[in-house]
Amino acid sequence: MRVKGYALLVGDNIDTDTIIPARYLHKSNPEWLGKHVFEDAPEIKNKLLSLPKPIAIIAGKGFGYGSSREHAVIALKAAEVSLIIARSFHRIFYRNAINNGLPVIEANLTEVKNGDLVEADLENGIILAGNNAVFKFKPMPKRLLEILKHGGLKYFLKKLASEELGK
Amino acid sequence: MNSLALKILAKHVVEAETLEPGGLVYAKVDKVMVNDVTGPIALNVLKETDAEKLVNERKVKAYAVLDHYSPPHNWDAANAHIKLRKFTRQHGCVLFDVGSGIAHQLLVEGIVKPGELIVGTDSHTITYGALAAFATGIGSSEAAYVMATGELWFKVPEPLYVRLIGKFKPGVVSKDLALYLLGEMGTEGALYCSVEFFGEGLKSLDLSDRLTVANMMVEAGAKTAVFPYDSETERWLLSYGVKPDKKWKELKLEPNIEANMEVDLSNIEPLISEPPMPTRVRHVADLEGTLVDQVFVGSCTNGRYKDILILARLLKGKKAKTRLIVIPASIRILKRIAYEGILSILIEAGAIIGMPGCGPCFGAHMGVLGNYEVMVSTANRNFPGRAGPPSAKVYLASPYTAAAAAITGTITDPRPLIKNS
Repeated sequence: MRVKGYALLVGDNIDTDTIIPARYLHKSNPEWLGKHVFEDAPEIKNKLLSLPKPIAIIAGKGFGYGSSREHAVIALKAAEVSLIIARSFHRIFYRNAINNGLPVIEANLTEVKNGDLVEADLENGIILAGNNAVFKFKPMPKRLLEILKHGGLKYFLKKLASEELGK
Repeated sequence: MNSLALKILAKHVVEAETLEPGGLVYAKVDKVMVNDVTGPIALNVLKETDAEKLVNERKVKAYAVLDHYSPPHNWDAANAHIKLRKFTRQHGCVLFDVGSGIAHQLLVEGIVKPGELIVGTDSHTITYGALAAFATGIGSSEAAYVMATGELWFKVPEPLYVRLIGKFKPGVVSKDLALYLLGEMGTEGALYCSVEFFGEGLKSLDLSDRLTVANMMVEAGAKTAVFPYDSETERWLLSYGVKPDKKWKELKLEPNIEANMEVDLSNIEPLISEPPMPTRVRHVADLEGTLVDQVFVGSCTNGRYKDILILARLLKGKKAKTRLIVIPASIRILKRIAYEGILSILIEAGAIIGMPGCGPCFGAHMGVLGNYEVMVSTANRNFPGRAGPPSAKVYLASPYTAAAAAITGTITDPRPLIKNS
């Protein structure tokens, strides 16, 4: 599975309140959440709006810190984020991303600039970025890759539901 | 096998390549909780995938708690409540309606049992580890998956052993311990770990204290935080009508275990977390004099009877100099403070009492801040924009420090006030 996007650099510990503030969580449709993504962090929001799409967020450590809100992943996807590469992720965000088919990679990308094209090969653990820089990472377990490949958990739930119907 | 979290997880495994930390396992879940923010997404997923028909209380016991918008502040929240009520009726889930309290209090009032594997669509689900359970936060899609199958995948956590020794000094409580640990660990000190507590210092942490500590370990990235089963756990469970099971006595760590961290409770002083994140921990003394607009005592971290009692003791006969919002974590706690006269002390002191629920902690209603305002809160998070505009500041502190701020109108070391009260 290969994914690409244009680099949007953010810092450490980007928390889920920053990704999507609590005051917008009473709705969960992608259009609404995508509109309000990073609303309290204008420096990120402005870059996100001006860069070509799709976006590959390149983050420091601790991306997705805080609340379990799946709205954060829905909001990022709606804002055309196709890939997130961070030095580390907080665990519920990491799960939510995989369960919604949004690729997340733990890697330390240096020398990448905003707007650089970033391309990741998820099975082989290789990232190509900017001027032919190559980074390696440990691919995620096969079971999790399977979830990603099928676009998230919904595929498996649909399958279970139709199998049940066949009985 | 030393880790208590692993011991509990292993009992629930249905499929595993390995039980080594970092390995992936599928496990049978005992209980799943959703709330009114994250629950509606889980319901959408079940509907969209047609998996709603698979939801069955024999697979897993499900709880829906309407606590974040309690009572609802707008049409969407009210409609989400309608949806959750209907779902719980159709599928035999337990509903806690608005005004009942916060999930993380309601579930420890006799529902969570030691040794269980519990997931919830709220990061502070980790709180239940105080009752020697394996509890962890998950997302909404996977809550849907759990409701339909009774199972979920878990990465086996690395244990992080914390030995507690000594006793708290007056004016210092478990919230200060939680903040101390966060200051030491940082945002990632416990990432993916199970934080496991042991040592003779546990004797000075009652169950209410343990809930506070377990609750905040998620701010250091922890997957779960586990306290051993002991006479205090038993006392708490009995008080909620839960009959102890002999097997629960095994839920403890070996005494000779090598600690990753050791904390002498007698060395801890009143601490406070300053924005922009909970792990930014300072001594209260360093921030003394900072003007405070609002004090909030409540939340799944410190909205329990003991926390409100601490506030009332310091506040008795005085008037709060700040806006003071007090929200008991459950209806049971509200009733108790009403019957014991604590409520009158608070009202006389000028407190605004809210319906049991999450209140302003979540930043949606019931006491959000305005531009550049400052709040001292007993809750758990202080990210920019968490409870008001990004310019507003939230400081996280113990109920003692919160009471001191309400009395003086500034951030204040509570210890001198305790001597005088």
